[in-house]
Amino acid sequence: MLNNFEPVGPLEGRWKKHLFDLALVAPQNRHKYNIIVVGTGLAGASLCATLGEANYNVHSFCFQDSPRRAHSIAAQGGINAAKNYQNDGDSVWRLFYDTIKGGDFRARESNVYRLAELSSNIIDQVVAQGVPFAREYSGYLANRSFGGTQVSRTFYAKGQTGQQLLLGAYSAMSRQIENGFVTHHSRSEILDIIVINDRARGVIVRDLITGEINSYIADCVVLCTGGYVNAYYLSTNAKGCNASAVWRAFKQGAFFANPSFTQIHPTCIPPTLETQSKLTLMSESLRNDGRIWTPKNIQDCEKDPNQIEEKDRDYFLERMYPSFANLVPRDVASRAVKHVCDEGHGIGSKINGKRLGVYLDFSDVIKKSGVKEVEEKYGNLFTMYKRITNEDPYVTPMKIYPAPHYSMGGLWVDYNLMTTINGLFAGGEANFSDHGANRLGASALMQGLADGYFILPHTIANYLARNSFDEVDENHPEVKKALTRTKDRIFKLMNAPEAEYSPEYFHQKLGKILWDACGMSRNKTRLESAICEIKSLQEEFWHKIKITGTDEDLNQTLERAGRVVDFIELGALMCKDALNREESCGSHARTEYLSESGEAKRDDKNFSFVAAWEYLQNKEPVLHEENLHFQFLKPTVRDYK
Amino acid sequence: MIFKLHIWRQKNSQTKGGFVTYEIDNISEDTSFLEMLDQLNEELITKGEDAIVFDHDCREGICGSCSLVVNGHPHGKKMRTTCQLYMREYTNQRELWIEPWRANTFTIIKDLITDRSSFDKIIQAGGYVSMHSGCAPDANSILVEKKDAEEAFDSANCIGCGACASVCPNASATLFVAAKVSHLASLPQSNIGTKDRSKKMLERMESLGFGSCSNHRHCESVCPKNISIKNITKLNKIIGFG
Ligand SMILES: Cc1cc2nc3c(=O)[nH]c(=O)nc-3n(C[C@H](O)[C@H](O)[C@H](O)COP(=O)(O)OP(=O)(O)OC[C@H]3O[C@@H](n4cnc5c(N)ncnc54)[C@H](O)[C@@H]3O)c2cc1C
Ligand code: SF4
Ligand code: FES
Repeated sequence: MLNNFEPVGPLEGRWKKHLFDLALVAPQNRHKYNIIVVGTGLAGASLCATLGEANYNVHSFCFQDSPRRAHSIAAQGGINAAKNYQNDGDSVWRLFYDTIKGGDFRARESNVYRLAELSSNIIDQVVAQGVPFAREYSGYLANRSFGGTQVSRTFYAKGQTGQQLLLGAYSAMSRQIENGFVTHHSRSEILDIIVINDRARGVIVRDLITGEINSYIADCVVLCTGGYVNAYYLSTNAKGCNASAVWRAFKQGAFFANPSFTQIHPTCIPPTLETQSKLTLMSESLRNDGRIWTPKNIQDCEKDPNQIEEKDRDYFLERMYPSFANLVPRDVASRAVKHVCDEGHGIGSKINGKRLGVYLDFSDVIKKSGVKEVEEKYGNLFTMYKRITNEDPYVTPMKIYPAPHYSMGGLWVDYNLMTTINGLFAGGEANFSDHGANRLGASALMQGLADGYFILPHTIANYLARNSFDEVDENHPEVKKALTRTKDRIFKLMNAPEAEYSPEYFHQKLGKILWDACGMSRNKTRLESAICEIKSLQEEFWHKIKITGTDEDLNQTLERAGRVVDFIELGALMCKDALNREESCGSHARTEYLSESGEAKRDDKNFSFVAAWEYLQNKEPVLHEENLHFQFLKPTVRDYK
Repeated sequence: MIFKLHIWRQKNSQTKGGFVTYEIDNISEDTSFLEMLDQLNEELITKGEDAIVFDHDCREGICGSCSLVVNGHPHGKKMRTTCQLYMREYTNQRELWIEPWRANTFTIIKDLITDRSSFDKIIQAGGYVSMHSGCAPDANSILVEKKDAEEAFDSANCIGCGACASVCPNASATLFVAAKVSHLASLPQSNIGTKDRSKKMLERMESLGFGSCSNHRHCESVCPKNISIKNITKLNKIIGFG
């Protein structure tokens, strides 16, 4: 049985009570503890800063050349908090409710309530650090709305909120590097987790410049390594985003939760070329002012959009969901966009005989408030759009289509954010904790910072205080075993028997299978065949992967190959999980289980659980169900009409 | 489209590097500059050659990883990062010279990748507010003029790419330092300690081997994020120069 250590009693008091019950480490003892933090995104950097301030001895790692370049830097639209600064009826309870409902009743009540409670502190903290959020003329903080809510609770810094928040966390972390409490290692990739006597005690690291493989030992390990939707090959994530660290943890015994819960974001620039390397997000905040439409008449689909009369446009989200309109949650919007394109109303260039795109149109707001105001809010996004597509969104409506964006699934964690391996914690997008089957916009930044600034520092202290740790050094047999495992794997990668294809070749193939079988619409037959295809792709990979150069220096082909094969294995688990969940919920839409109007139809009787998968060597992964109990909210049909 | 590419190849920091010439065809106008290099790398792998390494990650102009000098210009064109260059901006069959950042403090690690960790060390010297997690007052208790918040944002927009230092005849990182100093100085909650912060960051900059600013203004012209030289004027005022 999975014990999630969820507190009991009234929801409002749970975190406070739990905090009080957590053991503390006395200030003079903290420097004796070594903590490894992998990842320097919002979750990792904020955690390093806070642990450093408490005087723990921290070692941090990232694969980029600087902690400031973690993928969080790219987050655009904003961060939620239940401040109710707009006096529009917001509250901790409403943020809690919106998040649970937005996640289609597949998240834990206690965790989500804690997140909503902490949201306010995050804003205070980052403003004090100097994050330049947007302001009103009065000097007060400004807010905007995001999907799935009817209040304005999103704080933002133009379309670069993630950048500003990450630079805040990075600067706080830099202060602790200067003070000597954090030792940071850039251009370092974690390739395995060292587990000794059922406890995580270190990591195996490849120095990406020299190719050297080393072990680092500590009293506990925290993975804040981000999400895995790059498994789909084309996604909105940065090119380096990967699942390797969490996948290694899975193979060492950490359960992987809800791998099939991946978010397909409705507003991304549609793909145009076979050789395209990634897709670019156009922030959800644009749906505050942009109106989404397609031509009513199929013969208009090739026309210049500015020539299509108002009466011939179908503002389908406004039509289908009058009360939330263009601000329905992402899963709902993405399905609607896919639907109209499948019906032949898509626009843009044809790919495989289909036009995959709809318009996101700003002409109304430009008419109403003028170009200047629009530029102030979205200027950087418009420039980015123009650079990529060579079209000016001030004049011609944007073209958008859904793309893989975020992984709600991740390592299973209990209320303390600890995985099923003792002393191995997971924070930020790397864990599965708070978003259920669909994440609402502007809540990932909130979760990453809540984990790093306010939750993990306390739960880690508790773990350290309640355990004693044997001395371990690099000669320990388990450390040697992990080193050998890693070196053997690299040898195998470098020396495939019939080396023929590059990592890109395999990654693109995997991406096509996953997008087709485990994307916006899923069904039993397709998932079953996808699992077989992925298994044979995996075999082909180990036979034919071709990596040129050597493993003893900076070799990006080798880095990519290692990540791709982890995605292949994870891809099989994503499909398996999707196959097992015989219901639709949030982002997980099984065509067999949709309502008549095409909405996700949950099966609370049989599937109100977190699917936590356990790895077994040479066997199929085993499913453990963590049942979800809704004591405070009643699961209802999610209705945004 | 067809291009002739002269690309800097260098095994590591100890060996000498040089340009190697490659031809590439079949490039669509909508291909990005980095995608063109991806395509070339695929060809190199097929031929059994070591692929060209270059820094990149977000590919949307925000992480500051990408860092190529194209035909002598850091980031290739004005007001953008290398990853935001598209081949439609070049004429077909053009020759392109592709190099890494050039500055003594940015040693070449391999091919087109340099070591920019000195920028992290400059921030570590004082590019932050010295506060403790969890002790902040309610965010709206500190009011900030809209124009101050915007000014702070414009400076905080720096992505730490290093183009400014790589183009500077003195290899100075003053624009980078000034951007951080003026970001924090523009806001009431972070301007305490501004002078001290400025001094520490400038001292660190110089001790790392960067030169000092003598107003060539090349930095401003290559900055992808439009960080203005006004930031340097502000920095000079703070430390009592000029
Ligand atoms: C384009 C885009 C826009 C977004 N906009 C928003 C928004 O407006 N609001 C919102 O709330 N959310 C947004 N999100 C989601 C949000 O940005 C992410 O979920 C969040 O930033 C993840 O933070 P993180 O700290 O968990 O991980 P990341 O920021 O992804 O950091 C991962 C870290 O782990 C390191 N790492 C990974 N693997 C390894 C390894 N094997 N070895 C060593 N180091 C490793 C990396 O180097 C990096 O430092 C957006 C996402 C995208 C893609
Ligand atoms: S000031 Fe401009 S050029 Fe210099 S590091 Fe910052 S963004 Fe790059
Ligand atoms: S790759 Fe991130 S800015 Fe160019």
